[in-house]
Amino acid sequence: MLARAGGGNDIQWCFSQVKGAVDDDVAEADIISTVEFNHSGELLATGDKGGRVVIFQQEQENKTQSHSRGEYNVYSTFQSHEPEFDYLKSLEIEEKINKIRWLPQKNAAQFLLSTNDKTIKLWKISERDKRPEGYNLKEEDGRYRDPTTVTTLRVPVFRPMDLMVEASPRRIFANAHTYHINSISINSDYETYLSADDLRINLWHLEITDRSFNIVDIKPANMEELTEVITAAEFHPNSCNTFVYSSSKGTIRLCDMRASALCDRHSKLFEEPEDPSNRSFFSEIISSISDVKFSHSGRYMMTRDYLSVKIWDLNMENRPVETYQVHEYLRSKLCSLYENDCIFDKFECCWNGSDSIVMTGSYNNFFRMFDRNTKRDITLEASRENNKPRTVLKPRKVCASGKRKKDEISVDSLDFNKKILHTAWHPKENIIAVATTNNLYIFQDKMN
Amino acid sequence: MAATLGTGARAEESGQEKQDMQEKETVTPERAEEAKLKAKYPNLGQKPGGSDFLMKRLQKGQKYFDSGDYNMAKAKMKNKQLPSAGPDKNLVTGDHIPTPQDLPQRKSSLVTSKLAG
Repeated sequence: MLARAGGGNDIQWCFSQVKGAVDDDVAEADIISTVEFNHSGELLATGDKGGRVVIFQQEQENKTQSHSRGEYNVYSTFQSHEPEFDYLKSLEIEEKINKIRWLPQKNAAQFLLSTNDKTIKLWKISERDKRPEGYNLKEEDGRYRDPTTVTTLRVPVFRPMDLMVEASPRRIFANAHTYHINSISINSDYETYLSADDLRINLWHLEITDRSFNIVDIKPANMEELTEVITAAEFHPNSCNTFVYSSSKGTIRLCDMRASALCDRHSKLFEEPEDPSNRSFFSEIISSISDVKFSHSGRYMMTRDYLSVKIWDLNMENRPVETYQVHEYLRSKLCSLYENDCIFDKFECCWNGSDSIVMTGSYNNFFRMFDRNTKRDITLEASRENNKPRTVLKPRKVCASGKRKKDEISVDSLDFNKKILHTAWHPKENIIAVATTNNLYIFQDKMN
Repeated sequence: MAATLGTGARAEESGQEKQDMQEKETVTPERAEEAKLKAKYPNLGQKPGGSDFLMKRLQKGQKYFDSGDYNMAKAKMKNKQLPSAGPDKNLVTGDHIPTPQDLPQRKSSLVTSKLAG
Protein backbone atom coordinates (compact mmCIF):
# COMPACT_ATOMS: atom_id res chain seq x y z
CA MET A 1 0.00 0.00 0.00
CA LEU A 2 1.21 3.49 -0.71
CA ALA A 3 1.25 6.47 1.61
CA ARG A 4 -1.01 9.34 0.68
CA ALA A 5 1.12 12.36 -0.09
CA GLY A 6 1.40 14.51 3.01
CA GLY A 7 -0.46 12.08 5.23
CA GLY A 8 -0.08 8.72 6.86
CA ASN A 9 -2.95 6.96 5.11
CA ASP A 10 -2.40 4.51 2.29
CA ILE A 11 -3.91 5.13 -1.12
CA GLN A 12 -6.52 2.55 -1.91
CA TRP A 13 -7.10 2.38 -5.63
CA CYS A 14 -10.57 1.57 -6.91
CA PHE A 15 -11.89 0.94 -10.35
CA SER A 16 -13.85 3.89 -11.69
CA GLN A 17 -14.47 3.49 -15.42
CA VAL A 18 -13.37 1.58 -18.51
CA LYS A 19 -13.71 2.82 -22.09
CA GLY A 20 -13.50 0.82 -25.29
CA ALA A 21 -14.73 -2.41 -26.81
CA VAL A 22 -15.01 -5.61 -24.84
CA ASP A 23 -14.19 -8.03 -27.62
CA ASP A 24 -10.77 -9.63 -27.79
CA ASP A 25 -10.41 -9.16 -31.52
CA VAL A 26 -8.64 -5.83 -31.57
CA ALA A 27 -8.61 -3.79 -34.77
CA GLU A 28 -5.22 -2.18 -35.27
CA ALA A 29 -6.72 1.27 -35.49
CA ASP A 30 -8.08 0.92 -31.96
CA ILE A 31 -4.68 0.41 -30.36
CA ILE A 32 -4.21 3.31 -27.93
CA SER A 33 -0.92 5.09 -28.53
CA THR A 34 -0.97 8.02 -26.11
CA VAL A 35 -2.84 9.27 -23.01
CA GLU A 36 -2.58 12.76 -21.51
CA PHE A 37 -4.44 14.84 -18.90
CA ASN A 38 -4.63 18.57 -19.50
CA HIS A 39 -3.20 21.04 -16.96
CA SER A 40 -6.32 21.17 -14.79
CA GLY A 41 -7.09 17.47 -15.06
CA GLU A 42 -10.58 18.24 -16.28
CA LEU A 43 -9.82 16.86 -19.73
CA LEU A 44 -8.24 13.54 -20.68
CA ALA A 45 -7.07 12.96 -24.26
CA THR A 46 -6.23 9.68 -25.97
CA GLY A 47 -4.70 9.06 -29.38
CA ASP A 48 -4.77 5.80 -31.30
CA LYS A 49 -3.10 3.98 -34.16
CA GLY A 50 -5.95 4.98 -36.47
CA GLY A 51 -5.01 8.65 -36.10
CA ARG A 52 -8.04 9.51 -33.98
CA VAL A 53 -8.17 11.61 -30.83
CA VAL A 54 -10.84 11.14 -28.17
CA ILE A 55 -11.16 13.71 -25.38
CA PHE A 56 -13.02 12.95 -22.17
CA GLN A 57 -14.26 15.61 -19.76
CA GLN A 58 -14.73 15.15 -16.06
CA GLU A 59 -18.28 15.97 -15.07
CA GLN A 60 -18.79 18.59 -12.40
CA GLU A 61 -18.75 17.14 -8.93
CA ASN A 62 -22.17 16.23 -7.75
CA LYS A 63 -22.64 17.65 -4.28
CA THR A 64 -24.75 14.69 -3.22
CA GLN A 65 -22.26 12.09 -4.46
CA SER A 66 -19.52 12.67 -1.97
CA HIS A 67 -18.05 9.20 -2.35
CA SER A 68 -16.62 9.67 -5.80
CA ARG A 69 -15.27 12.30 -8.06
CA GLY A 70 -16.85 13.17 -11.37
CA GLU A 71 -16.79 10.61 -14.15
CA TYR A 72 -15.06 11.17 -17.45
CA ASN A 73 -17.40 11.29 -20.42
CA VAL A 74 -16.72 11.79 -24.11
CA TYR A 75 -16.32 15.48 -24.86
CA SER A 76 -14.95 15.49 -28.39
CA THR A 77 -13.54 13.07 -30.93
CA PHE A 78 -11.90 13.80 -34.25
CA GLN A 79 -9.59 12.40 -36.90
CA SER A 80 -6.28 14.11 -36.25
CA HIS A 81 -4.00 12.48 -38.82
CA GLU A 82 -4.55 10.44 -41.95
CA PRO A 83 -2.31 7.81 -43.53
CA GLU A 84 -0.03 9.26 -46.16
CA PHE A 85 2.36 7.95 -48.74
CA ASP A 86 5.46 9.93 -49.61
CA TYR A 87 5.92 8.98 -53.25
CA LEU A 88 9.24 10.73 -53.57
CA LYS A 89 10.82 8.65 -50.81
CA SER A 90 8.58 5.58 -51.18
CA LEU A 91 7.75 6.02 -47.55
CA GLU A 92 4.52 5.01 -45.88
CA ILE A 93 3.59 7.50 -43.17
CA GLU A 94 1.48 6.03 -40.40
CA GLU A 95 -1.41 8.01 -39.01
CA LYS A 96 -0.72 6.72 -35.51
CA ILE A 97 -0.72 9.51 -32.93
CA ASN A 98 2.61 9.28 -31.16
CA LYS A 99 2.06 12.05 -28.63
CA ILE A 100 -0.52 14.56 -27.47
CA ARG A 101 0.46 17.59 -25.39
CA TRP A 102 -2.01 20.14 -24.02
CA LEU A 103 -1.42 23.87 -24.00
CA PRO A 104 -2.35 25.69 -20.80
CA GLN A 105 -5.76 27.27 -21.14
CA LYS A 106 -5.70 30.96 -22.13
CA ASN A 107 -9.33 31.55 -23.09
CA ALA A 108 -12.58 29.65 -23.45
CA ALA A 109 -11.12 27.27 -26.02
CA GLN A 110 -8.72 24.38 -25.38
CA PHE A 111 -5.66 23.75 -27.49
CA LEU A 112 -3.55 20.64 -27.93
CA LEU A 113 -0.68 19.49 -30.10
CA SER A 114 -0.90 16.04 -31.66
CA THR A 115 1.77 14.40 -33.74
CA ASN A 116 2.32 11.37 -35.92
CA ASP A 117 5.71 10.32 -37.35
CA LYS A 118 6.07 13.38 -39.55
CA THR A 119 3.54 16.14 -38.90
CA ILE A 120 2.50 18.07 -35.80
CA LYS A 121 -0.90 19.72 -35.63
CA LEU A 122 -2.32 22.35 -33.30
CA TRP A 123 -5.99 21.64 -32.62
CA LYS A 124 -8.49 24.08 -31.18
CA ILE A 125 -11.38 22.57 -29.27
CA SER A 126 -14.16 25.04 -28.67
CA GLU A 127 -17.68 24.93 -27.37
CA ARG A 128 -20.67 26.37 -29.06
CA ASP A 129 -23.83 26.64 -26.99
CA LYS A 130 -25.64 29.50 -28.69
CA ARG A 131 -26.41 30.38 -32.25
CA PRO A 132 -27.71 33.48 -33.96
CA GLU A 133 -31.29 33.37 -35.12
CA GLY A 134 -33.53 35.83 -36.90
CA TYR A 135 -31.51 36.83 -39.95
CA ASN A 136 -33.17 39.12 -42.43
CA LEU A 137 -31.88 37.54 -45.63
CA LYS A 138 -31.76 33.89 -44.57
CA GLU A 139 -34.48 31.47 -43.52
CA GLU A 140 -33.88 29.36 -40.41
CA ASP A 141 -33.01 26.37 -42.60
CA GLY A 142 -30.33 28.37 -44.41
CA ARG A 143 -32.14 29.12 -47.65
CA TYR A 144 -31.74 32.64 -48.87
CA ARG A 145 -34.76 34.90 -48.96
CA ASP A 146 -35.55 37.05 -51.90
CA PRO A 147 -34.53 40.56 -50.76
CA THR A 148 -37.53 42.10 -52.46
CA THR A 149 -39.85 40.21 -50.11
CA VAL A 150 -38.31 41.77 -47.01
CA THR A 151 -40.63 44.43 -45.63
CA THR A 152 -39.34 44.89 -42.07
CA LEU A 153 -35.91 44.53 -40.49
CA ARG A 154 -35.04 42.77 -37.29
CA VAL A 155 -31.86 42.34 -35.27
CA PRO A 156 -30.64 38.73 -35.08
CA VAL A 157 -30.30 37.45 -31.53
CA PHE A 158 -28.31 34.61 -29.93
CA ARG A 159 -30.46 31.77 -28.71
CA PRO A 160 -29.25 28.79 -26.67
CA MET A 161 -28.65 25.51 -28.47
CA ASP A 162 -27.45 22.03 -27.51
CA LEU A 163 -23.78 22.09 -26.67
CA MET A 164 -21.59 21.39 -29.66
CA VAL A 165 -17.88 20.77 -29.25
CA GLU A 166 -15.88 21.50 -32.36
CA ALA A 167 -12.29 20.59 -33.10
CA SER A 168 -10.49 22.45 -35.83
CA PRO A 169 -6.86 22.29 -36.94
CA ARG A 170 -5.36 25.76 -36.45
CA ARG A 171 -1.75 25.09 -37.43
CA ILE A 172 -0.02 22.32 -39.32
CA PHE A 173 3.71 21.97 -38.74
CA ALA A 174 4.98 19.76 -41.53
CA ASN A 175 8.05 18.85 -43.54
CA ALA A 176 10.60 19.40 -40.81
CA HIS A 177 11.48 15.81 -39.93
CA THR A 178 13.31 13.31 -42.07
CA TYR A 179 13.08 10.66 -39.37
CA HIS A 180 10.24 9.58 -37.11
CA ILE A 181 8.98 12.01 -34.47
CA ASN A 182 9.03 10.45 -31.00
CA SER A 183 8.38 13.48 -28.76
CA ILE A 184 6.85 16.91 -28.60
CA SER A 185 7.17 19.20 -25.60
CA ILE A 186 5.70 22.64 -24.98
CA ASN A 187 8.05 25.20 -23.48
CA SER A 188 7.26 27.01 -20.24
CA ASP A 189 7.16 30.24 -22.25
CA TYR A 190 3.94 28.88 -23.81
CA GLU A 191 5.08 30.27 -27.14
CA THR A 192 7.51 27.67 -28.41
CA TYR A 193 7.73 23.90 -28.44
CA LEU A 194 10.20 21.24 -29.51
CA SER A 195 9.74 18.16 -31.67
CA ALA A 196 12.28 15.34 -31.65
CA ASP A 197 12.91 12.55 -34.14
CA ASP A 198 15.52 9.78 -34.10
CA LEU A 199 18.38 12.11 -35.01
CA ARG A 200 17.24 15.71 -34.71
CA ILE A 201 15.35 18.10 -32.47
CA ASN A 202 13.57 21.17 -33.85
CA LEU A 203 12.27 24.27 -32.09
CA TRP A 204 9.01 25.80 -33.30
CA HIS A 205 6.97 28.88 -32.53
CA LEU A 206 3.31 28.01 -32.10
CA GLU A 207 2.27 30.79 -34.48
CA ILE A 208 4.75 29.99 -37.26
CA THR A 209 4.43 26.93 -39.43
CA ASP A 210 6.74 27.63 -42.33
CA ARG A 211 9.98 27.41 -40.42
CA SER A 212 11.57 25.77 -37.41
CA PHE A 213 15.03 25.91 -35.90
CA ASN A 214 17.16 22.81 -35.63
CA ILE A 215 18.64 22.73 -32.14
CA VAL A 216 20.10 19.22 -31.94
CA ASP A 217 21.53 17.16 -34.78
CA ILE A 218 23.26 13.88 -34.00
CA LYS A 219 23.30 12.52 -37.54
CA PRO A 220 26.84 11.38 -38.30
CA ALA A 221 28.45 12.43 -41.59
CA ASN A 222 28.75 8.76 -42.45
CA MET A 223 25.65 6.76 -41.53
CA GLU A 224 27.81 3.68 -41.07
CA GLU A 225 29.06 5.37 -37.91
CA LEU A 226 25.60 5.65 -36.39
CA THR A 227 25.66 4.27 -32.87
CA GLU A 228 22.79 5.88 -31.06
CA VAL A 229 19.45 7.60 -31.68
CA ILE A 230 17.31 10.07 -29.76
CA THR A 231 14.48 8.31 -27.98
CA ALA A 232 12.67 11.11 -26.08
CA ALA A 233 12.95 14.82 -25.33
CA GLU A 234 11.30 17.27 -22.96
CA PHE A 235 11.52 20.93 -21.98
CA HIS A 236 12.22 21.82 -18.37
CA PRO A 237 8.96 22.79 -16.62
CA ASN A 238 10.29 26.15 -15.39
CA SER A 239 13.47 27.09 -17.25
CA CYS A 240 12.49 28.00 -20.79
CA ASN A 241 16.09 27.65 -22.00
CA THR A 242 16.61 24.08 -20.76
CA PHE A 243 15.61 20.75 -22.27
CA VAL A 244 16.77 17.14 -22.07
CA TYR A 245 16.92 14.30 -24.55
CA SER A 246 17.50 10.62 -23.94
CA SER A 247 19.24 8.09 -26.16
CA SER A 248 19.12 4.44 -27.13
CA LYS A 249 22.37 3.97 -25.20
CA GLY A 250 20.83 4.93 -21.87
CA THR A 251 22.23 8.46 -21.61
CA ILE A 252 20.41 11.72 -21.02
CA ARG A 253 21.77 15.04 -22.19
CA LEU A 254 20.67 18.35 -20.74
CA CYS A 255 21.06 21.31 -23.07
CA ASP A 256 20.91 25.06 -22.53
CA MET A 257 19.70 27.02 -25.55
CA ARG A 258 21.50 30.11 -24.30
CA ALA A 259 24.86 28.43 -24.86
CA SER A 260 24.62 28.21 -28.64
CA ALA A 261 22.16 28.04 -31.49
CA LEU A 262 22.94 24.39 -32.16
CA CYS A 263 22.95 22.49 -28.90
CA ASP A 264 25.09 19.57 -30.04
CA ARG A 265 27.32 20.04 -27.02
CA HIS A 266 25.42 19.17 -23.92
CA SER A 267 25.60 21.13 -20.69
CA LYS A 268 25.20 17.97 -18.65
CA LEU A 269 25.44 14.28 -19.48
CA PHE A 270 23.62 11.85 -17.21
CA GLU A 271 24.87 8.31 -17.39
CA GLU A 272 25.13 5.50 -14.89
CA PRO A 273 28.45 3.71 -15.19
CA GLU A 274 28.04 0.13 -16.31
CA ASP A 275 29.65 -2.82 -14.62
CA PRO A 276 31.74 -4.28 -17.48
CA SER A 277 31.57 -7.78 -16.04
CA ASN A 278 27.78 -7.68 -16.41
CA ARG A 279 27.82 -6.69 -20.04
CA SER A 280 25.93 -8.94 -22.43
CA PHE A 281 24.39 -8.90 -25.86
CA PHE A 282 21.27 -7.40 -24.30
CA SER A 283 22.89 -4.68 -22.21
CA GLU A 284 22.55 -1.87 -24.69
CA ILE A 285 19.05 -2.82 -25.80
CA ILE A 286 17.64 -2.91 -22.28
CA SER A 287 19.42 0.30 -21.31
CA SER A 288 17.71 2.19 -24.13
CA ILE A 289 15.55 4.88 -22.52
CA SER A 290 11.95 4.80 -23.71
CA ASP A 291 10.67 7.83 -21.80
CA VAL A 292 12.00 10.83 -19.89
CA LYS A 293 9.83 13.07 -17.69
CA PHE A 294 10.74 16.02 -15.49
CA SER A 295 9.20 16.17 -12.04
CA HIS A 296 6.67 18.95 -11.58
CA SER A 297 9.20 20.74 -9.36
CA GLY A 298 11.83 20.64 -12.07
CA ARG A 299 14.43 19.39 -9.61
CA TYR A 300 14.36 15.77 -10.78
CA MET A 301 13.81 13.79 -13.94
CA MET A 302 12.67 10.22 -14.36
CA THR A 303 13.77 7.80 -17.09
CA ARG A 304 12.30 4.45 -18.07
CA ASP A 305 14.40 1.71 -19.59
CA TYR A 306 13.27 -1.83 -20.27
CA LEU A 307 13.53 -3.18 -16.74
CA SER A 308 13.64 -0.17 -14.44
CA VAL A 309 12.62 3.38 -13.60
CA LYS A 310 15.39 5.77 -12.50
CA ILE A 311 15.10 9.12 -10.78
CA TRP A 312 17.90 11.58 -11.47
CA ASP A 313 18.77 14.71 -9.53
CA LEU A 314 19.62 17.38 -12.10
CA ASN A 315 22.60 18.30 -9.95
CA MET A 316 24.12 14.83 -10.13
CA GLU A 317 25.20 13.44 -13.47
CA ASN A 318 27.11 10.32 -12.55
CA ARG A 319 24.27 8.15 -11.28
CA PRO A 320 20.55 8.21 -10.55
CA VAL A 321 19.45 8.97 -6.99
CA GLU A 322 16.77 6.29 -7.03
CA THR A 323 16.28 3.12 -9.06
CA TYR A 324 13.11 1.05 -9.03
CA GLN A 325 12.87 -2.42 -10.58
CA VAL A 326 9.72 -2.76 -12.62
CA HIS A 327 9.92 -6.44 -13.58
CA GLU A 328 13.37 -7.77 -12.77
CA TYR A 329 12.09 -11.33 -13.28
CA LEU A 330 12.22 -10.67 -17.02
CA ARG A 331 16.02 -10.61 -16.96
CA SER A 332 16.09 -14.38 -17.26
CA LYS A 333 13.66 -14.26 -20.19
CA LEU A 334 15.56 -11.84 -22.39
CA CYS A 335 16.24 -14.43 -25.07
CA SER A 336 12.56 -15.07 -25.79
CA LEU A 337 11.70 -11.39 -25.32
CA TYR A 338 14.25 -10.61 -28.01
CA GLU A 339 12.79 -13.23 -30.32
CA ASN A 340 9.24 -11.92 -29.97
CA ASP A 341 10.40 -8.29 -30.16
CA CYS A 342 8.97 -7.44 -26.73
CA ILE A 343 12.42 -6.31 -25.65
CA PHE A 344 11.86 -3.27 -27.91
CA ASP A 345 8.56 -2.25 -26.25
CA LYS A 346 8.57 1.41 -25.26
CA PHE A 347 7.07 1.89 -21.83
CA GLU A 348 6.25 5.37 -20.56
CA CYS A 349 6.29 6.62 -16.98
CA CYS A 350 4.66 9.43 -15.03
CA TRP A 351 4.76 11.37 -11.76
CA ASN A 352 1.88 12.09 -9.43
CA GLY A 353 1.01 15.72 -8.77
CA SER A 354 3.26 16.08 -5.73
CA ASP A 355 6.19 14.10 -7.24
CA SER A 356 6.03 11.61 -4.38
CA ILE A 357 4.90 8.59 -6.42
CA VAL A 358 5.90 7.37 -9.88
CA MET A 359 3.99 4.96 -12.08
CA THR A 360 4.77 2.82 -15.10
CA GLY A 361 3.27 -0.12 -16.97
CA SER A 362 4.32 -3.73 -17.46
CA TYR A 363 2.96 -6.91 -19.08
CA ASN A 364 -0.16 -8.95 -18.36
CA ASN A 365 -1.97 -5.62 -18.01
CA PHE A 366 -0.07 -4.99 -14.79
CA PHE A 367 1.08 -1.54 -13.79
CA ARG A 368 3.42 -0.53 -10.99
CA MET A 369 3.66 2.38 -8.58
CA PHE A 370 6.65 3.32 -6.47
CA ASP A 371 6.34 5.58 -3.44
CA ARG A 372 9.55 7.57 -3.19
CA ASN A 373 9.04 8.39 0.49
CA THR A 374 8.05 5.05 1.96
CA LYS A 375 10.01 3.04 -0.63
CA ARG A 376 7.02 0.74 -0.94
CA ASP A 377 5.74 -0.42 -4.28
CA ILE A 378 2.57 -2.00 -5.56
CA THR A 379 1.50 -3.95 -8.63
CA LEU A 380 -2.08 -3.59 -9.85
CA GLU A 381 -3.96 -5.03 -12.80
CA ALA A 382 -6.20 -3.31 -15.33
CA SER A 383 -8.84 -5.88 -15.99
CA ARG A 384 -12.57 -5.95 -16.47
CA GLU A 385 -12.79 -8.62 -13.79
CA ASN A 386 -12.12 -6.02 -11.11
CA ASN A 387 -14.68 -3.55 -12.35
CA LYS A 388 -16.91 -2.98 -9.39
CA PRO A 389 -16.75 0.70 -8.47
CA ARG A 390 -15.45 1.48 -5.00
CA THR A 391 -14.00 -2.01 -4.60
CA VAL A 392 -10.36 -1.67 -3.70
CA LEU A 393 -8.02 -3.26 -6.25
CA LYS A 394 -6.10 -6.25 -5.02
CA PRO A 395 -2.33 -6.05 -5.31
CA ARG A 396 -0.81 -8.59 -7.71
CA LYS A 397 2.41 -10.50 -7.32
CA VAL A 398 4.58 -12.28 -9.86
CA CYS A 399 6.41 -15.36 -8.73
CA ALA A 400 9.85 -15.26 -10.29
CA SER A 401 10.90 -18.78 -9.52
CA GLY A 402 10.34 -21.62 -7.17
CA LYS A 403 7.10 -22.46 -5.51
CA ARG A 404 4.24 -20.28 -6.60
CA LYS A 405 2.05 -19.11 -3.76
CA LYS A 406 -1.69 -18.91 -4.05
CA ASP A 407 -2.79 -15.76 -5.90
CA GLU A 408 0.65 -15.31 -7.39
CA ILE A 409 1.20 -15.62 -11.11
CA SER A 410 4.28 -17.27 -12.53
CA VAL A 411 6.47 -15.49 -15.07
CA ASP A 412 5.70 -18.08 -17.73
CA SER A 413 1.97 -17.43 -17.40
CA LEU A 414 2.30 -13.72 -18.11
CA ASP A 415 0.60 -12.54 -21.27
CA PHE A 416 3.19 -10.49 -23.15
CA ASN A 417 0.58 -9.28 -25.62
CA LYS A 418 -1.18 -7.42 -22.84
CA LYS A 419 1.15 -4.48 -22.39
CA ILE A 420 0.50 -1.26 -20.56
CA LEU A 421 2.74 1.24 -22.33
CA HIS A 422 0.82 4.45 -21.57
CA THR A 423 -0.34 5.76 -18.21
CA ALA A 424 -1.22 9.23 -16.94
CA TRP A 425 -1.76 10.75 -13.49
CA HIS A 426 -4.18 13.62 -12.86
CA PRO A 427 -2.14 16.75 -12.06
CA LYS A 428 -3.89 17.37 -8.74
CA GLU A 429 -5.97 14.39 -7.65
CA ASN A 430 -5.36 10.70 -7.16
CA ILE A 431 -7.01 9.77 -10.43
CA ILE A 432 -5.06 7.73 -12.96
CA ALA A 433 -5.69 6.75 -16.56
CA VAL A 434 -4.20 3.43 -17.67
CA ALA A 435 -4.31 2.28 -21.29
CA THR A 436 -4.30 -1.41 -22.14
CA THR A 437 -4.06 -2.35 -25.82
CA ASN A 438 -7.46 -0.96 -26.77
CA ASN A 439 -9.16 -0.02 -23.51
CA LEU A 440 -8.78 2.99 -21.24
CA TYR A 441 -9.16 2.39 -17.51
CA ILE A 442 -9.71 5.13 -14.97
CA PHE A 443 -8.94 4.42 -11.33
CA GLN A 444 -9.47 6.70 -8.32
CA ASP A 445 -8.51 6.51 -4.72
CA LYS A 446 -11.25 5.48 -2.34
CA MET A 447 -12.92 8.52 -0.83
CA ASN A 448 -14.72 8.20 2.44
CA MET B 1 32.51 -18.81 -21.45
CA ALA B 2 28.83 -19.12 -20.78
CA ALA B 3 28.51 -21.35 -23.82
CA THR B 4 30.76 -23.94 -22.34
CA LEU B 5 28.45 -24.69 -19.43
CA GLY B 6 28.30 -28.32 -18.46
CA THR B 7 30.21 -29.97 -21.27
CA GLY B 8 30.82 -33.67 -20.83
CA ALA B 9 34.58 -33.47 -20.36
CA ARG B 10 34.30 -31.23 -17.32
CA ALA B 11 31.97 -33.54 -15.49
CA GLU B 12 34.82 -35.96 -14.92
CA GLU B 13 36.95 -33.56 -12.93
CA SER B 14 37.67 -33.98 -9.28
CA GLY B 15 35.49 -32.69 -6.46
CA GLN B 16 37.37 -29.43 -5.80
CA GLU B 17 37.53 -28.55 -9.43
CA LYS B 18 33.88 -29.46 -9.78
CA GLN B 19 33.04 -26.95 -7.10
CA ASP B 20 35.05 -24.27 -8.86
CA MET B 21 33.24 -25.13 -12.07
CA GLN B 22 29.92 -24.76 -10.34
CA GLU B 23 30.84 -21.32 -9.09
CA LYS B 24 31.80 -20.29 -12.59
CA GLU B 25 28.57 -21.79 -13.90
CA THR B 26 26.39 -19.45 -11.86
CA VAL B 27 26.55 -16.85 -14.56
CA THR B 28 24.28 -13.87 -14.56
CA PRO B 29 20.81 -14.52 -15.97
CA GLU B 30 21.59 -12.09 -18.80
CA ARG B 31 24.65 -14.04 -19.87
CA ALA B 32 22.71 -17.26 -19.72
CA GLU B 33 20.06 -15.74 -21.97
CA GLU B 34 22.77 -14.49 -24.31
CA ALA B 35 24.12 -18.01 -24.56
CA LYS B 36 20.69 -19.33 -25.43
CA LEU B 37 20.31 -16.73 -28.16
CA LYS B 38 23.74 -17.39 -29.65
CA ALA B 39 23.03 -21.11 -29.61
CA LYS B 40 19.88 -20.54 -31.65
CA TYR B 41 21.34 -17.97 -34.01
CA PRO B 42 25.08 -18.58 -34.33
CA ASN B 43 25.42 -15.93 -37.03
CA LEU B 44 24.07 -13.14 -34.87
CA GLY B 45 26.14 -9.99 -35.30
CA GLN B 46 28.54 -8.79 -32.70
CA LYS B 47 27.01 -5.39 -31.98
CA PRO B 48 23.30 -5.54 -31.36
CA GLY B 49 23.01 -1.82 -30.90
CA GLY B 50 25.13 -1.15 -33.92
CA SER B 51 24.36 0.22 -37.33
CA ASP B 52 22.19 -2.58 -38.73
CA PHE B 53 19.69 -2.53 -35.94
CA LEU B 54 19.47 1.26 -35.83
CA MET B 55 19.26 1.56 -39.62
CA LYS B 56 16.27 -0.77 -39.59
CA ARG B 57 14.63 1.51 -37.04
CA LEU B 58 15.29 4.58 -39.14
CA GLN B 59 13.89 2.96 -42.26
CA LYS B 60 10.56 2.04 -40.78
CA GLY B 61 7.80 2.59 -43.30
CA GLN B 62 9.96 2.18 -46.39
CA LYS B 63 8.02 0.60 -49.22
CA TYR B 64 9.18 -0.01 -52.76
CA PHE B 65 7.35 0.42 -56.04
CA ASP B 66 8.74 1.65 -59.32
CA SER B 67 6.17 2.11 -62.07
CA GLY B 68 8.86 1.87 -64.76
CA ASP B 69 10.14 -1.47 -63.50
CA TYR B 70 6.59 -2.72 -63.03
CA ASN B 71 5.43 -1.82 -66.52
CA MET B 72 8.52 -3.25 -68.19
CA ALA B 73 8.19 -6.48 -66.25
CA LYS B 74 4.52 -6.65 -67.17
CA ALA B 75 5.37 -6.18 -70.84
CA LYS B 76 7.88 -9.04 -70.63
CA MET B 77 5.38 -11.33 -69.00
CA LYS B 78 2.82 -10.43 -71.69
CA ASN B 79 -0.48 -11.89 -70.59
CA LYS B 80 0.63 -13.59 -67.43
CA GLN B 81 0.17 -11.99 -64.05
CA LEU B 82 3.19 -10.66 -62.24
CA PRO B 83 3.74 -12.46 -58.96
CA SER B 84 2.77 -10.53 -55.89
CA ALA B 85 4.91 -10.52 -52.81
CA GLY B 86 4.28 -13.53 -50.61
CA PRO B 87 2.39 -13.59 -47.36
CA ASP B 88 5.06 -11.40 -45.80
CA LYS B 89 4.12 -8.39 -47.88
CA ASN B 90 6.62 -6.13 -46.24
CA LEU B 91 9.57 -7.99 -47.61
CA VAL B 92 10.40 -7.17 -51.19
CA THR B 93 13.71 -8.79 -51.93
CA GLY B 94 15.84 -10.01 -54.76
CA ASP B 95 14.37 -10.10 -58.25
CA HIS B 96 10.82 -9.62 -57.14
CA ILE B 97 9.32 -6.60 -58.89
CA PRO B 98 6.79 -4.93 -56.57
CA THR B 99 3.28 -4.74 -57.95
CA PRO B 100 0.60 -2.23 -57.00
CA GLN B 101 -0.97 -5.02 -54.94
CA ASP B 102 2.16 -5.01 -52.80
CA LEU B 103 1.67 -1.40 -51.90
CA PRO B 104 -0.25 -0.80 -48.74
CA GLN B 105 -3.88 0.10 -49.36
CA ARG B 106 -4.08 2.97 -46.94
CA LYS B 107 -7.37 4.57 -46.25
CA SER B 108 -8.14 6.67 -43.26
CA SER B 109 -10.46 5.11 -40.74
CA LEU B 110 -13.81 6.80 -41.10
CA VAL B 111 -15.09 4.84 -38.15
CA THR B 112 -15.35 6.61 -34.82
CA SER B 113 -13.07 5.31 -32.10
CA LYS B 114 -14.64 2.65 -29.89
CA LEU B 115 -13.45 4.64 -26.88
CA ALA B 116 -16.14 7.17 -27.76
CA GLY B 117 -18.83 4.53 -27.99
